[in-house]
Amino acid sequence: MRMKFFIFLGVFGLASSAMLVTAALPAGGTITGKVTFTGTPPKMRPIDMAKEPYCQKLHNPPIKTQDVESGPGDTLEDVVVYISVGDQASTPASTPVRYDQKGCQYVPHVAVMETNQPLQIYTNDPLAHNIHPLPKQNAEWNKSQPPGAPPIDTKWEKPEFIPVKCNIHPWMHGYFVVLKTSHYGVSGADGTYQIKNVPPGKYTLTAWQEHMGTQTQEVTVSGAETKANFTFKALPY
Amino acid sequence: MALTKKITRSLMLAAFGVALATPSVALAQDTGASVNGLTGNAEAGKRDYRRWCVGCHGNEGNGEGENAPYVDPRPRDFTEALFRWRSTPTGTLPTDQDLYDTITRGVVDTLMPTWRPLTPQTRVDLVAYIKTFSPKWQTQKAGTPITIPPEPQQTIDSVLHGRQLFDQMQCWKCHGPEGRGDGPSAITLTDDKGEPLRPYNFHDGTRFRCGETNQDLYKIFMTGLDGSPMPSFADSLKPQDAWDLVHFLRTLQPNVQSESRNVWLEYVKTHQGQIKPIGVESAGQ
Repeated sequence: MRMKFFIFLGVFGLASSAMLVTAALPAGGTITGKVTFTGTPPKMRPIDMAKEPYCQKLHNPPIKTQDVESGPGDTLEDVVVYISVGDQASTPASTPVRYDQKGCQYVPHVAVMETNQPLQIYTNDPLAHNIHPLPKQNAEWNKSQPPGAPPIDTKWEKPEFIPVKCNIHPWMHGYFVVLKTSHYGVSGADGTYQIKNVPPGKYTLTAWQEHMGTQTQEVTVSGAETKANFTFKALPY
Repeated sequence: MALTKKITRSLMLAAFGVALATPSVALAQDTGASVNGLTGNAEAGKRDYRRWCVGCHGNEGNGEGENAPYVDPRPRDFTEALFRWRSTPTGTLPTDQDLYDTITRGVVDTLMPTWRPLTPQTRVDLVAYIKTFSPKWQTQKAGTPITIPPEPQQTIDSVLHGRQLFDQMQCWKCHGPEGRGDGPSAITLTDDKGEPLRPYNFHDGTRFRCGETNQDLYKIFMTGLDGSPMPSFADSLKPQDAWDLVHFLRTLQPNVQSESRNVWLEYVKTHQGQIKPIGVESAGQ
């Protein structure tokens, strides 16, 4: 009986020291990669803002819809790549995420944040917008933001991909991507992304594109840099 | 011994049968309801729901009853727990009283009739049952009703300020400069499910879908109609501004007698040619 107790103590001690070591590990490695697609992507149409002359004048030539933002070499922008399984060392973020309504457009088109991270929604336009997120897991709301209104301070409690729209300007469309992890990256104009400070270990990475859905792959982070590329299959309309 | 075993087995089987037959799903999610001192019973509400509501709102409460394809606007989907007519801020659940009031009043200009003929107890039971369709009722509490301060006097100043707000807040983008529901964005509006939806036509309408008093009107734009394009203005309007807007909105309703409309018509008579049209300047910028 006594023996068992000591073994238990020993195991417990080992486990706790292992946990300490994990916590004290240096920043960890970086996961990088490029997001591309194959096939024919849907054509992005120019947006007709004739109903809002102020915004129409700002965008000459007119801006295009942003459901699929592709670049040279079939790269994809605004793809969110994040650790979906295996993340243990996420720290809750307290820096607010800024989301702008500018020239009848959402900037950024895809805003990524962690659960309960402060989100501030600004309006820079001399006209009224209504900001209407359409979550299923979180609580849906719809608020008017007239010109000069202070930012709306909010946050999301549950992880979810939340479409956002303005009912007054139906072309305005964006996403709040709410994640449980602080380990994520968003692909830039050249399709590359970076996830920093990932402790060594095995993870499942998920890449999400609003029109093409999600893709996953397993990665093992051991050294300073781990490569993980994603290739989406383009779905024409 | 064998006999005892046999009896025990049949007893167990019987108990199992009873357990299967009891509709425990509704009860498991029953969060109750309380209105005017009456307590709702979801089990009782289920019986009444299946008699009166199921045709449109469906067995699952998802608004897909057998009549639903012929009902426009579509019956409410209770599984989303997203309700237009609330006394609570946008993004929160309505109170039991709010749901009770909607059942009692019905929804003007839709196929949802008034259910006043049902007893108050039946209506509270229905509220309790409706709340079993979404798990949100178990994890969230109803919002706190917004405070509506006493209505100030309807004066021409308050009407004119309300008119200015109607212009600035760009209510006319959907409701139209004359409140006829024909603003530039009106044609593109849809509800959350993508069903086309018309903004309220103040000119033709007398009652609103969620009431007819000035307090009801105040509540509509200060809480927003969740699930529809109508946002909440609670963050942008002070209570005094909100009352001024109510007073102006009443001037848009020729079929409703109001002091606001009288003072407005008097003002129009003496200020011909001096009244700036709504929406013109802001649209051109």
